[in-house]
Amino acid sequence: MTIDGKTKGNNRKMTCITCPTGCQLEVRGGADGELEITGFQCRRGEEYARNEVLNPKRVLTTTVKVRNGVLPLLPVRTAKAIPKGLLERSMDTLADLEIQAPVRTGDVILANLLDTGIDVIASRDMEKVSNVG
Amino acid sequence: MGTKTHYDVIIIGGGVVGTAILRALSRLQLKIALLEKQVEIGWGTTKANSGIVHAGFHSTPGTWKAKLCVRGNAMFEQLSDELDVPFWQNGLMMVARTKEEEETLRHYYQQGLENKVTGMEMLDAEATHRLEPNLAPEISLALRAPSGGVVAPFELAMAQAENATANGAQVQTGLRVEDISHTGDEFVITTDDGNTWTSTYLVNSAGLFADEIAKICGLEIEPIIPRKGEEYLFDQSVSDLITHTIFPVPTPKSKGILVIPTAEGNLMIGPTALELPYKDDVTTTAEGLDEIFSFTQKLVPRLNRRDIIASFAGVRAGSPTGDFIFDSSHSGKAIHLRGIESPGLTAAPAIAEHVLKMLAKAGLPQKEKPDFNPRRPKVIRFKELSDAEKEQVIRENPLYAHVVCRCETITEGEIVDAIQRGARTVDGVKFRTRAGMGRCQGGFCTPHIVRILARELGVTPLEITKRGNDSQLLVAEAKEFLKGGKLHD
Amino acid sequence: MTKTRQTDVAIIGGGPAGLAAAIAARKAGAKHVTILERSHELGGILQQCIHNGFGLHRFQEELTGPEYAYRFIPEVQKDPGIELYLNTMVLDLSSQQEITAIHPDFGLVKLQARATVLAMGCRERTRGALSIPGTRPAGVFTAGTAQRFVNIDGYMPGKKVVILGSGDIGLIMARRFTLEGAKVEAVVEIMPYPAGLARNIAQCLEDFDIPLYLSSTVTTIHGKDRVEGVTISQVDDKWQPIPGTGRYISCDTLLLSVGLIPENELSQAANIPLDAKTGGAIVDENRETLIPGIFACGNVLHVHDLVDYVSEEAEIAGEAATRYALSKADADAKANERDKGRKAQQVVIKPGENVRYVLPQRLTPGAEADLFLRVTQPMEAITLYLDGVMLARKRQVRPSEMLKIRLRPNHWENLRQNRGDLDGKEISLTAALQPTQPTRLEPETVRGARP
Repeated sequence: MTIDGKTKGNNRKMTCITCPTGCQLEVRGGADGELEITGFQCRRGEEYARNEVLNPKRVLTTTVKVRNGVLPLLPVRTAKAIPKGLLERSMDTLADLEIQAPVRTGDVILANLLDTGIDVIASRDMEKVSNVG
Repeated sequence: MGTKTHYDVIIIGGGVVGTAILRALSRLQLKIALLEKQVEIGWGTTKANSGIVHAGFHSTPGTWKAKLCVRGNAMFEQLSDELDVPFWQNGLMMVARTKEEEETLRHYYQQGLENKVTGMEMLDAEATHRLEPNLAPEISLALRAPSGGVVAPFELAMAQAENATANGAQVQTGLRVEDISHTGDEFVITTDDGNTWTSTYLVNSAGLFADEIAKICGLEIEPIIPRKGEEYLFDQSVSDLITHTIFPVPTPKSKGILVIPTAEGNLMIGPTALELPYKDDVTTTAEGLDEIFSFTQKLVPRLNRRDIIASFAGVRAGSPTGDFIFDSSHSGKAIHLRGIESPGLTAAPAIAEHVLKMLAKAGLPQKEKPDFNPRRPKVIRFKELSDAEKEQVIRENPLYAHVVCRCETITEGEIVDAIQRGARTVDGVKFRTRAGMGRCQGGFCTPHIVRILARELGVTPLEITKRGNDSQLLVAEAKEFLKGGKLHD
Repeated sequence: MTKTRQTDVAIIGGGPAGLAAAIAARKAGAKHVTILERSHELGGILQQCIHNGFGLHRFQEELTGPEYAYRFIPEVQKDPGIELYLNTMVLDLSSQQEITAIHPDFGLVKLQARATVLAMGCRERTRGALSIPGTRPAGVFTAGTAQRFVNIDGYMPGKKVVILGSGDIGLIMARRFTLEGAKVEAVVEIMPYPAGLARNIAQCLEDFDIPLYLSSTVTTIHGKDRVEGVTISQVDDKWQPIPGTGRYISCDTLLLSVGLIPENELSQAANIPLDAKTGGAIVDENRETLIPGIFACGNVLHVHDLVDYVSEEAEIAGEAATRYALSKADADAKANERDKGRKAQQVVIKPGENVRYVLPQRLTPGAEADLFLRVTQPMEAITLYLDGVMLARKRQVRPSEMLKIRLRPNHWENLRQNRGDLDGKEISLTAALQPTQPTRLEPETVRGARP
């Protein structure tokens, strides 16, 4: 892993998003390629800052269309954070998806999203609409 | 297309006056129709009316305003009962705080006596504050007129139209009159959908646009003076501050800025009176709010800006003469109502009587319908029912157990009923049922109302509008933007 | 006429507060708990909050709203001691805890509770409350209404969006609209600092290059039928628009994210005294209102920024309500006497300098309880004092973040030393600035990984 040129030698400030505390982090890319991270109150912040510089990732939460569900949309999420740069393409991919009710929380809706190795999973139950006479 | 219906009378304009005339005519054995350019009845000046049923002491003796206001006021109790429209005789108070204003107040008292306003009394400071403890302490004298009241203006217009329809009248909304010609013995009216309508008599009750309709009919007249008024509505939690409708001592242009307990139970303050060259400027302004607020705080100091839940503005048809104008053309067969400004709402039923007399003079037959039913079927207002009645309406229709608007306790049953009575839009539902008028202003219920409207009208939610024309609430189905290529790409 | 049913604990609302209160009530020994929920399902507003970020404190996981709700829903559903009334709207609550509700199949439902927990949640502040000048076209929505349209009903209410207010729901919706292919032109905030959490500024706005205009507001709405644009202006330090700073932004939608208000109509029906600052009931450490036997928790009590604290608060209320219900079952007359004595004894806590509100507003002397508070403005470092007794130091505090402080026995000892007998006294909580303190702790430095 290398630090991109933009960051090297530059200071970067950021807000940690891993918890509601929202620590103000500062990352200095040392000339030797090392990262100096300050401002965090826990280890997660430190890790976040490093990832944010090297490979920023986000959990994507959105919806997919449901057929025969009690509601027209099913809320879904990526099981883990995916590279930030893939958010838009992931949305486009999921927009074409239409799934069948019923669904249970945690069911895999789409495996291996854009070859990330990360699944998209249901974040709630969705009952099938009962057939009305 | 088959043979066209020829009408005895066509009314142009579905405000509170046009619909009053329609209802009055529906007593007679006539074929009548009303054309309204807005998508629903009562959406012009009526919708933003303050709702005051005036006592009649404001108007100069001998004017149409004085005569028809006092007469109209006397008709309201029966009218609101027959049409099941909320009407509350809360009484009016005009208040003075200087010696000079006290003088003016006495003048209005005399004027009221001349106009035969009943029950008026002058109250000293103590008596005034006993009745209205939240009035400003400087107020030294009040003129109280117990015959004054408040009514829900939009509901009145709608109820008049519904009752007239039930008695055989026809109401066409969403049609604008483009042309009127008079050939032989009939008026030929062309509407913006390309259709023509024919009638023997014509009533121009087009409010702000009555001057334009009159011109089409060949009358040389002074234009209507559009006069904008902004109003601000308070949360019901402060409704107890004031009971009477509070008037300051008037200015030459308007009755001033008032504190109005509405028939629906909210306090309202306004209106401003700004003469403008536009008939469609219904914007509210920061200046308007400041003016209204600083003014009414002098009347009721405990009013707080924080409690305002809604603001709106309307444009009134200002009269070039200061009085109501009844013109006629075509040997009296066309009647043009102009400058029906305040107290037009109060006068509306009396104006209808007067217009009927004018039409009779011009030869309109006056044969009563034997089966005329003056009553509009009672609208279920769930909130006002007793526990036993609530239980019963839910048994009959479980939709009455689904409260859609939480702030005003309006049920799905009432919303479906409003749609069956003619509501086509979210505002149409709102003005008929009060759903969305409460403190959350539609925050919770708008998505539900959109869904119910779409279901009942058999259209998709994308077609549902706030108030007709291009006022759609939703622009696309979910995911549509992503499939069609992103906007920001 | 309807037969009145009896219940130990009635819970009004089946959102996060109601769910946690019900489970806590059962654990505390309530035999019969009733949840009255207006929607067709449990979970409340969480069901439309499909984003993640819930439950970090409670479950050490980042859950979405529905996932957080599902941590509670099955437990409630399978418990035979919890009677669930869905699609049930409570119309009235009396101070004697008689509840009147309606249900499509049962008609009018009357319930007599021994203890009641209010968990009705909150609603959004609207445009009218702000009186934004201009027209009233379609396309002005509160952020929560838009959230429901987009996440539940499946419709986009607009393509080009301006958001007024930087509350968390507005920030979340800025990201949501952007992900769904709409363009968010700006977020406009009247205060000089954002109203939402810092993390949401980062992950909802900065991630998508959405500009945030501070000390600015929408001064006019344009458009006849549908919103066509808004004018935004800068404001001075009294929040009044500065003439000449107006700027037109073309858009078809204006979202309002200008605050939440506890929904206390039923509380008012029962004559429960409210706190003007929080908009919710005045409560003690058990979340009991000034009407004995009626408790409140969650956003109906005060608007929370974290659902984790809602659950915690609801558990306090559910448990205390059960204790009340069970004791009440023994002897009514005696219980009433006890209630009076108990309430009279309590200390009243008022927000002092730099503190906007503190909850609970009343405390039984000696109670070990968490105090929740919000400050009036962002401050670098503060020391919190309760009637002169130092409670805690906090750094980088903002009004948007609710602070939590544990009141411990030593605090009470100190208070008693200062004031003697505390029964019925009024004390105030103040946040003193620490001007002399270093504004930053020494930064922790960590060496980055070697490439």
